Amino acid sequence: MTTLLTVTDLELKYGRQEVLSGVSFVVERGDYIGIAGPNGSGKTSLLKALLGLLPPARGRIQFADHAGNRSVGYLPQKTMQSDPLFPATVKEVVMTGLLASKREPRWFASEDSARADAVLARLGVAALSGKKVGNLSGGQQQRVMLARAMASSPQLLILDEPTSALDPRIRDEFYELLDELNKRDGVTIMLVSHDIGSIGKYTKKLMYLDNSLVFFGTYDEFCGSEAMTTYFGSTSQHLFCWRHGHGAC
Amino acid sequence: MALVDLIAEALTFTFIQRALVVGTLIALCCAFLGCFLVLRKLSMIGDGLAHVSFATVALALLLAASPLLVSIPLVTLASFAILSLSERTQMHGDAAIGLVSSFAIAVGVLIASLAQGFNVDLMSFLFGSILVISHADVLISLALAAVILGTVVLFYNQLFAVTYDEDFARVSGLNTRLITYLTAMLTAMTIALGIRVVGTMLISSLIVFPTVTALQVAKGFKSTIAVASVISVTCVVLGVFASYVYNLPTGATIVLLNAAMFLVLAGLRKLGAIGG
Repeated sequence: MTTLLTVTDLELKYGRQEVLSGVSFVVERGDYIGIAGPNGSGKTSLLKALLGLLPPARGRIQFADHAGNRSVGYLPQKTMQSDPLFPATVKEVVMTGLLASKREPRWFASEDSARADAVLARLGVAALSGKKVGNLSGGQQQRVMLARAMASSPQLLILDEPTSALDPRIRDEFYELLDELNKRDGVTIMLVSHDIGSIGKYTKKLMYLDNSLVFFGTYDEFCGSEAMTTYFGSTSQHLFCWRHGHGAC
Repeated sequence: MALVDLIAEALTFTFIQRALVVGTLIALCCAFLGCFLVLRKLSMIGDGLAHVSFATVALALLLAASPLLVSIPLVTLASFAILSLSERTQMHGDAAIGLVSSFAIAVGVLIASLAQGFNVDLMSFLFGSILVISHADVLISLALAAVILGTVVLFYNQLFAVTYDEDFARVSGLNTRLITYLTAMLTAMTIALGIRVVGTMLISSLIVFPTVTALQVAKGFKSTIAVASVISVTCVVLGVFASYVYNLPTGATIVLLNAAMFLVLAGLRKLGAIGG
């Protein structure tokens, strides 16, 4: 395993309000990390800091050599375009995902168009390319947003509550797609979700935040941790870890 | 005289030729910028800056200077003032526009009352007059339109990204603040360009109407700009001829044609005949 990202003693603040402190962890290539925690625990703030949108009050965020901020793909929390009249085709939206890797004046070449087509095909939505984004279903829109995040072949994919607006069947399909991207294409994924059951089922590691780093490790470690039994109580702990009734714990 | 003869006759006049050239340039600039402004919910910035141009035109008349050359830098400054007011004081954008535009109108009225002598001239700038376009105006308009259209083409990808999803654009490393200021500056230039033909009171409708009409039919962003450009230029050209043939005020005729175009396409969309 090689290191992709090292976070050391990170502290994040909004004005004077401290949202996260003393956070240190290492993300390895190929990790699939589910980030959970109560409302206001600093999950979204951590993502913003990793994306360079929120400067750390203290501590460091270091990407490995070749992975600058530019090789992070991002799927924001509020991705449903609220305006169905907004005139943008699927292809036009996915192409904006390529701008991060472009130098000024950030013009597109023909291989960029081919790259967008390839990503759409990879995510099974090639047929939507010329459609207006506002006319798509929620699940289709989410795949388009994932295609935009994946367009520049990022080493790390960051997703903020990607399934909160999807119905359960579409949600499972979306998780399976992410699972495939992680296993087959080797994409490192960090995903914030309230959907504790699903992240326990699909992700490989759990990061639990509550204004500090409560836990970070594999679900087996989480399941066996006495400290976590003390913290959560045994029922909640094993609800999270998704091992029971599935033969693992 | 038949309509065709009247139009042929109109084309022989220098002031009609100039109005068509300048009008087409304005129509294109408004359509190009309108798509970004309307979809970023910045339509009112156009309206506010048009009010500011009332004051700058009054100032130019007082100083006996070119209204276009006085307006461009001052309206641009006003656009920056609006953006920085809403950034620094966390004032809502529409409130900042309200402050700056009403302040400018007040200044304009004071200047006009101080000077007293140019009431008729000022009217022609309020509602546009194609009779007063000079040869120098045509040359300045050509240069201005080249800068505006060229900048939009050069920064198209970034302008689109910021318009569609500003947060995502920022994460992608785009300087979204610079793009916003650039948009405001281009808007200020477009408004200065438009005051001759349609006037300060009506110029913002040229920014909003063609885009909103194009939204009824277009699926993609580039096609919206293309459709808005066609609508905008058509309305300006028809408006200039109609105002000559029927002796109507040009600016108002152009705006009414735009409104008619919108009603027709919105109606067709409602009936399901068009639309993406």
